[in-house]
Amino acid sequence: MANTLDQLIDQVRENRIWRSIFRGGTGDSNLHKSLLVQQNVFLHLFSIKARKRTLEFSATWYLGALTFGTFMILVITGVLLMLYYHPSVPQAYADMKDLQYVVSSGVFLRNLHRWSAHAMVFLVFAHMFKVFYRGAYRTPREFNWVIGVILLLLTLLLSYTGYLLPWDQLAYWAVTVGSNIASAVPLIGAKIRFLMLGGTAVNANALLRFYVLHCVILPLAAILFLAVHFWRIRKDGGIYAGDHSSEVSNQ
Amino acid sequence: MNTPKDFVAGLDSDARKTPRRIAFITKRTSPQVRVKDEERVMTYPEVFFRAAVAIEVLAITLVVVALLWDAPLEGLADPMHTPNPAKAPWYFLGLQEMLHYFPPVVAGVLVPGLVVMALIVIPYFNINIEAEGIWVRDKAKRLRIFGVVVVVFCVFLAVFRVWVALVPTVIVAAFMYLAAQAEPQSSTGFRRWLVRKPLSFWIMTWFLFELVVLTAVGTFFRGPGWSWVLPWRA
Repeated sequence: MANTLDQLIDQVRENRIWRSIFRGGTGDSNLHKSLLVQQNVFLHLFSIKARKRTLEFSATWYLGALTFGTFMILVITGVLLMLYYHPSVPQAYADMKDLQYVVSSGVFLRNLHRWSAHAMVFLVFAHMFKVFYRGAYRTPREFNWVIGVILLLLTLLLSYTGYLLPWDQLAYWAVTVGSNIASAVPLIGAKIRFLMLGGTAVNANALLRFYVLHCVILPLAAILFLAVHFWRIRKDGGIYAGDHSSEVSNQ
Repeated sequence: MNTPKDFVAGLDSDARKTPRRIAFITKRTSPQVRVKDEERVMTYPEVFFRAAVAIEVLAITLVVVALLWDAPLEGLADPMHTPNPAKAPWYFLGLQEMLHYFPPVVAGVLVPGLVVMALIVIPYFNINIEAEGIWVRDKAKRLRIFGVVVVVFCVFLAVFRVWVALVPTVIVAAFMYLAAQAEPQSSTGFRRWLVRKPLSFWIMTWFLFELVVLTAVGTFFRGPGWSWVLPWRA
Protein backbone atom coordinates (compact mmCIF):
# COMPACT_ATOMS: atom_id res chain seq x y z
CA MET A 1 0.00 0.00 0.00
CA ALA A 2 2.69 2.42 1.09
CA ASN A 3 4.76 1.40 -1.91
CA THR A 4 2.01 2.03 -4.42
CA LEU A 5 1.35 5.41 -2.81
CA ASP A 6 5.02 6.32 -3.03
CA GLN A 7 5.07 5.20 -6.67
CA LEU A 8 2.00 7.27 -7.40
CA ILE A 9 3.52 10.36 -5.78
CA ASP A 10 6.73 9.80 -7.73
CA GLN A 11 4.74 9.48 -10.95
CA VAL A 12 2.98 12.77 -10.25
CA ARG A 13 6.27 14.48 -9.53
CA GLU A 14 7.88 13.09 -12.67
CA ASN A 15 4.95 14.39 -14.67
CA ARG A 16 5.75 17.01 -17.27
CA ILE A 17 3.19 19.47 -15.95
CA TRP A 18 4.45 19.12 -12.37
CA ARG A 19 8.01 19.59 -13.57
CA SER A 20 7.01 22.73 -15.44
CA ILE A 21 5.64 24.25 -12.22
CA PHE A 22 8.20 23.08 -9.66
CA ARG A 23 11.63 23.50 -11.13
CA GLY A 24 13.46 21.40 -8.53
CA GLY A 25 12.30 18.03 -9.85
CA THR A 26 12.02 14.85 -7.82
CA GLY A 27 14.25 12.95 -5.51
CA ASP A 28 15.21 12.59 -1.89
CA SER A 29 18.77 13.87 -2.20
CA ASN A 30 19.90 16.95 -0.33
CA LEU A 31 20.33 18.64 -3.69
CA HIS A 32 16.64 18.25 -4.44
CA LYS A 33 15.70 19.40 -0.95
CA SER A 34 17.90 22.44 -1.43
CA LEU A 35 16.47 23.24 -4.84
CA LEU A 36 12.95 23.03 -3.48
CA VAL A 37 13.71 25.92 -1.11
CA GLN A 38 16.12 27.83 -3.28
CA GLN A 39 14.06 27.83 -6.46
CA ASN A 40 10.77 28.87 -4.94
CA VAL A 41 10.05 32.58 -4.89
CA PHE A 42 8.45 32.44 -1.42
CA LEU A 43 10.57 29.75 0.25
CA HIS A 44 13.86 31.24 -0.90
CA LEU A 45 13.44 33.83 1.84
CA PHE A 46 14.66 31.01 4.10
CA SER A 47 18.06 29.37 4.19
CA ILE A 48 18.54 25.86 2.82
CA LYS A 49 19.89 24.49 6.06
CA ALA A 50 19.32 25.36 9.69
CA ARG A 51 21.34 24.67 12.79
CA LYS A 52 19.69 21.81 14.64
CA ARG A 53 19.99 23.53 18.02
CA THR A 54 17.80 26.40 16.82
CA LEU A 55 14.91 24.00 16.18
CA GLU A 56 14.61 22.92 19.79
CA PHE A 57 11.38 24.09 21.39
CA SER A 58 13.19 25.87 24.20
CA ALA A 59 15.14 28.04 21.74
CA THR A 60 12.21 29.99 20.32
CA TRP A 61 9.01 28.39 21.67
CA TYR A 62 8.08 28.73 17.97
CA LEU A 63 6.62 32.14 18.82
CA GLY A 64 7.63 33.71 15.50
CA ALA A 65 6.09 30.86 13.49
CA LEU A 66 2.94 31.01 15.62
CA THR A 67 2.63 34.77 15.11
CA PHE A 68 2.90 34.21 11.37
CA GLY A 69 0.26 31.47 11.73
CA THR A 70 -2.21 33.89 13.30
CA PHE A 71 -1.45 36.39 10.54
CA MET A 72 -2.32 33.81 7.88
CA ILE A 73 -5.56 32.86 9.66
CA LEU A 74 -6.41 36.57 9.86
CA VAL A 75 -5.79 37.14 6.15
CA ILE A 76 -7.97 34.18 5.15
CA THR A 77 -10.85 34.92 7.55
CA GLY A 78 -10.49 38.64 6.87
CA VAL A 79 -10.91 38.25 3.11
CA LEU A 80 -14.00 36.08 3.67
CA LEU A 81 -15.44 38.66 6.10
CA MET A 82 -14.90 41.39 3.48
CA LEU A 83 -17.41 39.59 1.25
CA TYR A 84 -20.15 40.34 3.80
CA TYR A 85 -19.14 43.79 4.97
CA HIS A 86 -19.96 47.34 3.89
CA PRO A 87 -17.88 50.11 5.47
CA SER A 88 -20.81 52.49 5.85
CA VAL A 89 -22.99 53.74 8.69
CA PRO A 90 -25.18 52.06 9.88
CA GLN A 91 -24.92 49.20 7.34
CA ALA A 92 -21.68 47.97 8.98
CA TYR A 93 -23.57 47.08 12.14
CA ALA A 94 -26.39 45.44 10.15
CA ASP A 95 -23.71 43.30 8.48
CA MET A 96 -22.59 42.10 11.93
CA LYS A 97 -26.17 41.05 12.61
CA ASP A 98 -26.30 39.32 9.22
CA LEU A 99 -23.13 37.42 10.08
CA GLN A 100 -24.86 36.36 13.26
CA TYR A 101 -28.23 35.29 11.84
CA VAL A 102 -28.06 35.01 8.03
CA VAL A 103 -24.59 33.99 6.82
CA SER A 104 -23.68 30.30 7.16
CA SER A 105 -20.93 29.99 9.79
CA GLY A 106 -20.86 33.79 9.93
CA VAL A 107 -20.50 33.85 13.71
CA PHE A 108 -17.70 31.30 13.54
CA LEU A 109 -15.89 33.36 10.91
CA ARG A 110 -16.08 36.53 12.99
CA ASN A 111 -15.15 34.69 16.20
CA LEU A 112 -12.08 33.14 14.57
CA HIS A 113 -10.98 36.51 13.17
CA ARG A 114 -11.47 38.29 16.50
CA TRP A 115 -9.77 35.72 18.73
CA SER A 116 -6.91 35.28 16.26
CA ALA A 117 -6.38 39.05 16.29
CA HIS A 118 -6.09 39.03 20.09
CA ALA A 119 -3.79 36.00 19.88
CA MET A 120 -1.59 37.78 17.35
CA VAL A 121 -1.13 40.86 19.57
CA PHE A 122 -0.27 38.60 22.50
CA LEU A 123 2.11 36.43 20.45
CA VAL A 124 3.93 39.44 18.98
CA PHE A 125 4.66 40.72 22.50
CA ALA A 126 5.66 37.24 23.66
CA HIS A 127 7.97 36.83 20.63
CA MET A 128 9.61 40.19 21.37
CA PHE A 129 10.29 39.40 25.03
CA LYS A 130 11.57 35.91 24.16
CA VAL A 131 14.00 37.38 21.61
CA PHE A 132 15.12 39.97 24.14
CA TYR A 133 15.75 37.52 26.98
CA ARG A 134 17.77 35.25 24.70
CA GLY A 135 19.88 38.20 23.58
CA ALA A 136 19.06 37.38 19.97
CA TYR A 137 19.00 41.09 19.03
CA ARG A 138 22.81 41.24 19.09
CA THR A 139 25.00 41.95 16.09
CA PRO A 140 24.40 41.15 13.24
CA ARG A 141 20.70 40.99 14.02
CA GLU A 142 20.19 44.59 15.23
CA PHE A 143 18.24 45.71 12.21
CA ASN A 144 15.98 42.67 12.24
CA TRP A 145 15.07 43.64 15.81
CA VAL A 146 14.15 47.13 14.55
CA ILE A 147 11.99 45.59 11.81
CA GLY A 148 10.41 43.51 14.55
CA VAL A 149 9.52 46.69 16.48
CA ILE A 150 7.94 48.10 13.28
CA LEU A 151 5.94 44.86 12.90
CA LEU A 152 4.80 45.19 16.53
CA LEU A 153 3.48 48.69 15.82
CA LEU A 154 1.82 47.51 12.58
CA THR A 155 0.14 44.68 14.50
CA LEU A 156 -1.22 47.11 17.10
CA LEU A 157 -2.47 49.45 14.36
CA LEU A 158 -4.07 46.56 12.46
CA SER A 159 -5.85 45.41 15.58
CA TYR A 160 -6.89 48.94 16.53
CA THR A 161 -8.29 49.83 13.06
CA GLY A 162 -10.16 46.52 12.97
CA TYR A 163 -11.69 47.29 16.35
CA LEU A 164 -13.89 50.06 14.86
CA LEU A 165 -15.31 48.05 11.97
CA PRO A 166 -18.26 46.32 13.76
CA TRP A 167 -19.59 49.84 14.52
CA ASP A 168 -21.10 48.87 17.86
CA GLN A 169 -20.83 50.76 21.14
CA LEU A 170 -17.67 48.87 22.14
CA ALA A 171 -15.96 49.76 18.84
CA TYR A 172 -17.12 53.35 18.74
CA TRP A 173 -16.02 54.34 22.24
CA ALA A 174 -12.76 52.39 22.22
CA VAL A 175 -11.71 54.27 19.10
CA THR A 176 -12.97 57.56 20.56
CA VAL A 177 -10.74 57.01 23.61
CA GLY A 178 -7.78 56.18 21.36
CA SER A 179 -8.24 59.10 18.99
CA ASN A 180 -8.47 61.51 21.94
CA ILE A 181 -4.95 60.38 22.94
CA ALA A 182 -3.75 61.33 19.44
CA SER A 183 -5.05 64.88 19.96
CA ALA A 184 -2.75 65.24 22.98
CA VAL A 185 0.31 65.46 20.72
CA PRO A 186 1.71 69.00 21.17
CA LEU A 187 0.97 71.57 18.43
CA ILE A 188 -0.24 69.16 15.71
CA GLY A 189 -2.47 66.90 17.86
CA ALA A 190 -5.78 68.21 16.51
CA LYS A 191 -4.49 67.94 12.93
CA ILE A 192 -3.35 64.33 13.46
CA ARG A 193 -6.75 63.46 14.87
CA PHE A 194 -8.50 65.12 11.93
CA LEU A 195 -6.30 63.22 9.46
CA MET A 196 -6.93 59.96 11.30
CA LEU A 197 -10.72 60.32 11.50
CA GLY A 198 -11.46 62.36 8.38
CA GLY A 199 -13.39 64.76 10.61
CA THR A 200 -13.60 66.10 14.13
CA ALA A 201 -15.37 63.04 15.58
CA VAL A 202 -15.60 59.31 14.95
CA ASN A 203 -18.12 59.12 12.10
CA ALA A 204 -18.72 57.52 8.70
CA ASN A 205 -15.51 59.02 7.28
CA ALA A 206 -13.51 57.50 10.12
CA LEU A 207 -15.08 54.11 9.46
CA LEU A 208 -14.08 54.29 5.79
CA ARG A 209 -10.53 55.37 6.63
CA PHE A 210 -10.10 52.63 9.20
CA TYR A 211 -11.51 50.12 6.71
CA VAL A 212 -9.01 51.08 4.00
CA LEU A 213 -6.15 51.07 6.51
CA HIS A 214 -7.25 47.74 7.96
CA CYS A 215 -7.88 45.88 4.71
CA VAL A 216 -5.33 47.37 2.31
CA ILE A 217 -2.59 49.67 3.57
CA LEU A 218 -1.57 48.03 6.86
CA PRO A 219 -1.72 44.39 5.64
CA LEU A 220 0.41 45.28 2.61
CA ALA A 221 2.91 47.06 4.87
CA ALA A 222 2.92 44.09 7.25
CA ILE A 223 3.54 41.60 4.40
CA LEU A 224 6.39 43.78 3.10
CA PHE A 225 8.12 43.99 6.47
CA LEU A 226 7.42 40.31 7.19
CA ALA A 227 9.24 39.36 3.99
CA VAL A 228 12.26 41.47 5.02
CA HIS A 229 12.05 40.05 8.57
CA PHE A 230 12.21 36.44 7.30
CA TRP A 231 14.87 37.21 4.69
CA ARG A 232 17.05 38.89 7.31
CA ILE A 233 16.96 35.73 9.46
CA ARG A 234 18.74 33.96 6.58
CA LYS A 235 21.09 36.84 5.86
CA ASP A 236 22.04 37.30 9.52
CA GLY A 237 23.15 33.68 9.86
CA GLY A 238 19.97 31.83 10.75
CA ILE A 239 18.07 31.82 14.01
CA TYR A 240 20.22 32.80 17.00
CA ALA A 241 21.61 29.64 18.57
CA GLY A 242 22.15 31.13 22.00
CA ASP A 243 25.94 30.91 21.92
CA HIS A 244 27.33 34.29 21.07
CA SER A 245 30.97 33.28 20.65
CA SER A 246 30.25 30.69 17.95
CA GLU A 247 28.35 33.06 15.75
CA VAL A 248 29.04 33.50 12.07
CA SER A 249 29.36 37.20 11.51
CA ASN A 250 28.64 37.35 7.79
CA GLN A 251 26.71 35.15 5.43
CA MET B 1 63.67 23.69 10.12
CA ASN B 2 65.78 22.88 7.08
CA THR B 3 63.01 21.53 4.91
CA PRO B 4 63.14 23.29 1.57
CA LYS B 5 60.39 25.76 0.83
CA ASP B 6 57.80 24.45 -1.57
CA PHE B 7 56.32 27.86 -2.21
CA VAL B 8 57.39 31.28 -3.25
CA ALA B 9 56.01 34.25 -1.38
CA GLY B 10 54.77 37.00 -3.67
CA LEU B 11 52.47 39.97 -3.57
CA ASP B 12 49.59 40.17 -6.01
CA SER B 13 45.98 41.19 -5.94
CA ASP B 14 44.87 39.42 -9.13
CA ALA B 15 43.24 36.14 -8.15
CA ARG B 16 43.34 34.81 -11.71
CA LYS B 17 47.11 35.10 -11.91
CA THR B 18 48.03 33.96 -8.42
CA PRO B 19 45.29 31.77 -7.01
CA ARG B 20 47.41 30.53 -4.10
CA ARG B 21 47.48 32.76 -1.08
CA ILE B 22 49.26 32.84 2.23
CA ALA B 23 47.53 34.33 5.22
CA PHE B 24 49.77 36.36 7.49
CA ILE B 25 48.51 36.42 11.04
CA THR B 26 49.38 39.87 12.34
CA LYS B 27 49.57 40.70 16.01
CA ARG B 28 46.08 41.94 16.65
CA THR B 29 44.09 39.23 14.91
CA SER B 30 43.55 35.80 16.33
CA PRO B 31 44.22 32.64 14.33
CA GLN B 32 41.70 30.83 16.51
CA VAL B 33 38.80 29.36 14.59
CA ARG B 34 35.67 31.04 15.87
CA VAL B 35 33.15 28.94 14.03
CA LYS B 36 32.92 25.27 14.78
CA ASP B 37 31.04 22.87 12.56
CA GLU B 38 27.74 22.11 14.12
CA GLU B 39 24.94 19.83 13.14
CA ARG B 40 22.68 21.25 10.47
CA VAL B 41 19.44 19.94 9.05
CA MET B 42 17.69 20.63 5.76
CA THR B 43 15.12 23.42 5.97
CA TYR B 44 12.85 21.26 3.82
CA PRO B 45 11.45 19.14 5.35
CA GLU B 46 12.75 19.57 8.93
CA VAL B 47 12.04 23.26 9.62
CA PHE B 48 8.92 23.62 7.48
CA PHE B 49 7.41 20.47 8.94
CA ARG B 50 7.91 21.61 12.54
CA ALA B 51 6.60 25.11 11.81
CA ALA B 52 3.57 23.59 10.06
CA VAL B 53 2.82 21.36 13.07
CA ALA B 54 3.12 24.35 15.43
CA ILE B 55 0.77 26.43 13.25
CA GLU B 56 -1.72 23.55 12.95
CA VAL B 57 -1.89 23.14 16.74
CA LEU B 58 -2.46 26.90 17.03
CA ALA B 59 -5.15 26.84 14.32
CA ILE B 60 -7.00 23.96 16.00
CA THR B 61 -6.84 25.75 19.36
CA LEU B 62 -8.21 28.97 17.86
CA VAL B 63 -10.99 27.08 16.02
CA VAL B 64 -12.05 25.44 19.29
CA VAL B 65 -12.01 28.82 21.04
CA ALA B 66 -14.04 30.35 18.19
CA LEU B 67 -16.60 27.54 18.44
CA LEU B 68 -16.97 27.90 22.20
CA TRP B 69 -16.92 31.66 22.76
CA ASP B 70 -18.62 34.35 20.74
CA ALA B 71 -16.91 37.65 19.93
CA PRO B 72 -18.56 40.53 21.81
CA LEU B 73 -21.12 42.64 19.95
CA GLU B 74 -22.93 45.44 21.71
CA GLY B 75 -25.67 47.75 20.50
CA LEU B 76 -25.35 50.05 17.48
CA ALA B 77 -22.80 52.84 17.97
CA ASP B 78 -24.48 55.83 19.60
CA PRO B 79 -22.46 59.07 19.89
CA MET B 80 -25.09 60.46 22.28
CA HIS B 81 -24.67 57.70 24.85
CA THR B 82 -21.25 57.24 26.45
CA PRO B 83 -20.77 53.92 28.25
CA ASN B 84 -19.15 54.17 31.67
CA PRO B 85 -16.31 53.27 31.64
CA ALA B 86 -15.38 53.64 27.95
CA LYS B 87 -12.43 51.32 27.52
CA ALA B 88 -9.83 51.02 24.77
CA PRO B 89 -8.80 47.55 23.45
CA TRP B 90 -7.05 45.51 26.16
CA TYR B 91 -3.50 46.11 24.84
CA PHE B 92 -3.99 49.88 25.30
CA LEU B 93 -5.49 49.62 28.79
CA GLY B 94 -2.05 50.00 30.38
CA LEU B 95 -1.86 53.39 28.65
CA GLN B 96 -5.42 54.25 29.63
CA GLU B 97 -4.60 53.38 33.24
CA MET B 98 -1.70 55.86 33.10
CA LEU B 99 -3.99 58.51 31.56
CA HIS B 100 -5.89 58.29 34.83
CA TYR B 101 -2.84 59.70 36.69
CA PHE B 102 -0.93 61.84 34.21
CA PRO B 103 -1.94 64.45 31.60
CA PRO B 104 -2.53 62.99 28.09
CA VAL B 105 0.64 64.56 26.69
CA VAL B 106 2.69 62.54 29.19
CA ALA B 107 0.78 59.25 29.39
CA GLY B 108 -0.48 59.17 25.81
CA VAL B 109 2.39 60.66 23.81
CA LEU B 110 5.63 60.98 25.77
CA VAL B 111 5.68 57.57 27.51
CA PRO B 112 4.68 55.42 24.47
CA GLY B 113 7.06 57.43 22.29
CA LEU B 114 9.92 56.83 24.71
CA VAL B 115 9.07 53.13 24.96
CA VAL B 116 9.21 52.71 21.17
CA MET B 117 12.48 54.67 20.98
CA ALA B 118 13.96 52.59 23.80
CA LEU B 119 12.96 49.35 22.08
CA ILE B 120 14.53 50.44 18.79
CA VAL B 121 17.89 51.45 20.28
CA ILE B 122 18.35 48.32 22.45
CA PRO B 123 20.68 46.48 20.03
CA TYR B 124 22.76 49.58 19.30
CA PHE B 125 24.14 50.00 22.82
CA ASN B 126 27.32 48.12 23.58
CA ILE B 127 26.27 47.79 27.20
CA ASN B 128 23.42 45.56 25.99
CA ILE B 129 25.71 43.56 23.72
CA GLU B 130 28.34 42.82 26.37
CA ALA B 131 25.58 42.13 28.88
CA GLU B 132 27.83 42.14 31.93
CA GLY B 133 26.19 41.67 35.30
CA ILE B 134 25.25 45.10 36.61
CA TRP B 135 26.98 44.65 40.00
CA VAL B 136 30.13 42.95 38.71
CA ARG B 137 32.22 46.16 38.64
CA ASP B 138 32.07 49.47 40.60
CA LYS B 139 29.50 47.99 42.92
CA ALA B 140 29.58 50.75 45.57
CA LYS B 141 29.25 53.58 43.04
CA ARG B 142 26.53 51.82 41.08
CA LEU B 143 24.61 51.05 44.27
CA ARG B 144 24.60 54.77 45.14
CA ILE B 145 23.28 55.73 41.68
CA PHE B 146 20.73 52.91 41.83
CA GLY B 147 19.54 54.06 45.27
CA VAL B 148 19.09 57.68 44.18
CA VAL B 149 17.24 56.73 40.97
CA VAL B 150 14.88 54.31 42.73
CA VAL B 151 14.08 56.72 45.60
CA VAL B 152 13.46 59.68 43.26
CA PHE B 153 11.28 57.60 40.96
CA CYS B 154 9.28 56.08 43.84
CA VAL B 155 8.70 59.52 45.40
CA PHE B 156 7.53 60.76 41.98
CA LEU B 157 5.05 57.86 41.67
CA ALA B 158 3.89 58.35 45.27
CA VAL B 159 3.26 62.09 44.73
CA PHE B 160 0.97 61.23 41.81
CA ARG B 161 -0.48 58.32 43.87
CA VAL B 162 0.34 55.77 41.14
CA TRP B 163 0.35 52.83 43.54
CA VAL B 164 -0.20 50.28 40.75
CA ALA B 165 3.09 51.33 39.15
CA LEU B 166 4.90 51.83 42.46
CA VAL B 167 4.43 48.26 43.69
CA PRO B 168 6.10 46.53 40.69
CA THR B 169 8.91 49.12 40.82
CA VAL B 170 9.61 48.35 44.49
CA ILE B 171 9.53 44.59 43.87
CA VAL B 172 11.97 44.76 40.93
CA ALA B 173 14.23 47.14 42.91
CA ALA B 174 14.21 44.66 45.81
CA PHE B 175 15.38 41.87 43.52
CA MET B 176 18.10 44.14 42.10
CA TYR B 177 19.26 44.86 45.65
CA LEU B 178 19.22 41.13 46.38
CA ALA B 179 21.37 40.61 43.27
CA ALA B 180 23.82 43.21 44.58
CA GLN B 181 24.14 41.30 47.86
CA ALA B 182 24.74 37.99 46.09
CA GLU B 183 28.18 36.82 44.97
CA PRO B 184 29.07 34.92 41.80
CA GLN B 185 29.98 32.03 44.11
CA SER B 186 26.69 32.12 46.04
CA SER B 187 25.37 28.84 47.33
CA THR B 188 21.96 28.95 45.68
CA GLY B 189 21.59 28.76 41.89
CA PHE B 190 18.99 31.53 41.94
CA ARG B 191 21.45 34.02 43.46
CA ARG B 192 24.20 33.08 41.00
CA TRP B 193 21.61 33.59 38.24
CA LEU B 194 20.61 37.01 39.64
CA VAL B 195 24.16 38.27 39.91
CA ARG B 196 24.86 37.69 36.22
CA LYS B 197 21.94 39.82 35.05
CA PRO B 198 22.85 43.05 33.19
CA LEU B 199 21.11 46.41 33.47
CA SER B 200 19.09 45.86 30.27
CA PHE B 201 17.61 42.69 31.79
CA TRP B 202 16.42 44.62 34.84
CA ILE B 203 14.93 47.48 32.83
CA MET B 204 13.12 45.14 30.45
CA THR B 205 11.84 42.97 33.31
CA TRP B 206 10.57 46.06 35.09
CA PHE B 207 8.86 47.19 31.84
CA LEU B 208 7.27 43.76 31.33
CA PHE B 209 6.09 43.68 34.95
CA GLU B 210 4.56 47.18 34.69
CA LEU B 211 2.96 46.30 31.35
CA VAL B 212 1.30 43.18 32.77
CA VAL B 213 0.17 44.85 36.02
CA LEU B 214 -1.17 48.05 34.40
CA THR B 215 -2.96 46.11 31.64
CA ALA B 216 -4.48 43.67 34.13
CA VAL B 217 -5.63 46.52 36.41
CA GLY B 218 -7.11 48.44 33.47
CA THR B 219 -8.86 45.33 32.15
CA PHE B 220 -10.24 43.73 35.30
CA PHE B 221 -10.18 46.22 38.17
CA ARG B 222 -11.61 49.39 36.66
CA GLY B 223 -15.31 50.24 36.70
CA PRO B 224 -17.52 53.33 36.34
CA GLY B 225 -15.57 56.59 36.48
CA TRP B 226 -12.35 54.51 36.36
CA SER B 227 -12.96 53.63 40.02
CA TRP B 228 -11.43 50.54 41.59
CA VAL B 229 -13.73 47.50 41.36
CA LEU B 230 -13.22 43.83 42.06
CA PRO B 231 -13.99 41.72 38.97
CA TRP B 232 -15.72 38.96 40.96
CA ARG B 233 -18.13 41.51 42.53
CA ALA B 234 -19.12 43.20 39.25
